[in-house]
Amino acid sequence: METITKKEFTITVYTENQVGLLNRIAIIFSRRKLNIDSLNTSPSEVDSIHRFNIVITETEDVIRKVTRQLEKQVEVLKVYYNTNDDIIWQELALYKVPTDVIAEKVSVERLLRQYGARAVVIRSDYTVFETTGHREETDALVEVLREYGLIEFVRSARIAIIKASDGFHTKINEFENQQPGEQVFENEYLNNGQKVFTM
Amino acid sequence: METLEIKNEQSTQTITTATQNISGSEILLKGLIAEGVETIFGYPGGAIMPIYDALYDYTDKLKHILVRHEQGATHAAQGYARTSGRVGVVFATSGPGATNLITGIADAQIDSTPMVCITGQVFAHLLGTDAFQETDVINITTPITKWNYQVTDASEIAEVLAKAFYIARTGRPGPVVIDITKNAQIQKIDFSGYTKCDHIRSYRPKPIIRTNYIEQAAALINSAQKPFILFGQGILLGNAEKEFKAFVEKTGIPAAWTIMGVGAIPTNHPLNVGMLGMHGNNGPNVLTNECDVLIAIGMRFDDRVTGRLDKYAKQAKVIHLDIDPAEIDKNVKTTVPVWGDCKETLPLLTQLVDEKKHDNWLAKFRALNQIEIDELITPELHPQTGELTMGEVIHQLNLLTKGDAIIVTDVGQHQMVACRYAKFNNTRSNITSGGLGTMGFALPAAIGAKFGAQDKTVVAVIGDGGFQMTIQELGTIMQSGIDVKIIILNNQFLGMVRQWQELFNDRRYSFVDITSPDFVAVAKGYYIEAQKVSEREKLVDALTAMLNHKGSYLLEVMVTKENNVFPMVPQGCSVSEIRLK
Repeated sequence: METITKKEFTITVYTENQVGLLNRIAIIFSRRKLNIDSLNTSPSEVDSIHRFNIVITETEDVIRKVTRQLEKQVEVLKVYYNTNDDIIWQELALYKVPTDVIAEKVSVERLLRQYGARAVVIRSDYTVFETTGHREETDALVEVLREYGLIEFVRSARIAIIKASDGFHTKINEFENQQPGEQVFENEYLNNGQKVFTM
Repeated sequence: METLEIKNEQSTQTITTATQNISGSEILLKGLIAEGVETIFGYPGGAIMPIYDALYDYTDKLKHILVRHEQGATHAAQGYARTSGRVGVVFATSGPGATNLITGIADAQIDSTPMVCITGQVFAHLLGTDAFQETDVINITTPITKWNYQVTDASEIAEVLAKAFYIARTGRPGPVVIDITKNAQIQKIDFSGYTKCDHIRSYRPKPIIRTNYIEQAAALINSAQKPFILFGQGILLGNAEKEFKAFVEKTGIPAAWTIMGVGAIPTNHPLNVGMLGMHGNNGPNVLTNECDVLIAIGMRFDDRVTGRLDKYAKQAKVIHLDIDPAEIDKNVKTTVPVWGDCKETLPLLTQLVDEKKHDNWLAKFRALNQIEIDELITPELHPQTGELTMGEVIHQLNLLTKGDAIIVTDVGQHQMVACRYAKFNNTRSNITSGGLGTMGFALPAAIGAKFGAQDKTVVAVIGDGGFQMTIQELGTIMQSGIDVKIIILNNQFLGMVRQWQELFNDRRYSFVDITSPDFVAVAKGYYIEAQKVSEREKLVDALTAMLNHKGSYLLEVMVTKENNVFPMVPQGCSVSEIRLK
């Protein structure tokens, strides 16, 4: 029954670096009217291979179908989806606060230390702090800083590393060698949710 | 049964010789020739003029069919691809030329038809400036193509074209768009030769075959008391007709088809139990909800096939053979997925299954189908009085063509009637718009179908509505001199919508009353021989005259205005709730 409750999934997509691919990936979600919570694109450990991190709150059933449709795209090499238990993730946040407030109030400095914030820029009129962490952590500091005249706030998309992953170096060799890559799919009947299906 | 021998283009590496200082346009044409292309369907315009200029010197090797609207070019290329098993090729200019391709590309995508569309584009330095006839073809076509790419430099053309053909024809086939800016068409470079593509690292055309799933599937089949096969176009696309026939005959399992899969085994094969889905046969629909093992081969459980999903074959274990992993579990939960090319997986499965007969089970299909024959089919095919019916026209056509013709249909009532009643001895003989349901498909598709199978009789069966959507392609027939037989089944209505309005909207006939021109006069205006028939006693003679005529011929048949297509699985109902009236 777990497949019908919505939860947060992080999808990792390994792709070629190609113009237009972002659109090809995005429309697979928009076609099903799925809202993307966050999307990040970055290089990977392998030259020329890009990776997308897409965060989405949905049922596992839908996520599995979307994953397969993503992987079907010609320039997509591999797609994984994971729950928050399977991954290490971080988000970066920037906060712009008036410098005079911070300079005058000791309590602010204590707060910033408590939240692990670091000053990026200090000017006479404002100071920009950064924190990294999970959503709740970066959000919590926003709430606190609001009282001290928070001028501007921005948060990055989630970036995530899969705990069980060995990276893409060996995978890419399989693709280069014309050998079909390993593909993990689940099937209720044969394995009761265990990852045994490979192709 | 005859199986078309499809050229195996996959492994041969064709390399044309290096040439110095030639244009991107010429490289494109050399590439097309290297890919074995003989026929192109297209329409020139400003942004593709350099390619057409180069084509002027290549008309001995490349036959270009000038259509009357770019949509017609895509459907013709689809018809060509579907009868020949080769990749259909389309040329169109930028802007409106390219946007006119959209319907055909979407149709090819949903029906997995291999097609390469080359569109001209404005100069690269004008991209994004709202230049004359500029449109963002790549982004418009992204959701409806298997792959697309914009070329802005002549040096990319050969490699991109090779990739395009490889992607279009391998794995689950589909349409590819290459958009080439005008500067790249004109630009001259030293061309090092054309190499066919046989590997793209990010693209897996075929999943690896897992023998333990084949074993699991075989075990399920061997233990089944009431197994049932559903087959689709995957068998045609995989050229696996022989392998499929061997599997069906060894297992003795009743097999039913989707409209895209008809002809994979002959219509009159003793184990062929008929058509699936909304207007399919009684036996296969009812017994879908009684079988114990459902074996789906190269089909995708479209909603027109399954009806209400939560009441679809819930009692059955499902084995799904498909080349596209995204199809597994998409609509129907699979018990055993058999990923792979069915040309390879079917023989492996056939080895492991027991030779059996399922006479009692097969008799159930026959009994249910007999009810349909008595109550519905006989009166439809053999009426003694009243106006002509669509069914009797198809029936008489069967008797004359003996199941060897290629039947191209449009969309609507006549399509369902033609698919239900046409007999097919051969594979790749039923050309129709299955997934997208594109009215206007048949006339241009028939042109392409004939180019793809020139030794066959091609009969387009079209309704009075759909015919008027692409009526201008009569001009293409006139100019190309191609021999296509056209039957218009004229019921003076947009019949399928009218049927639904009658059944579900209290006969509130909202805008389905369509008037037609004098089709015979229109055809004659295009110098195409034509005749109109409305009496039963003249029907056979009229059909014979059409078939015996040398060259194209249009036969307009006036049929009953308010006939309904039955059986019918009403929308939202289970397949076993099929209505015979």
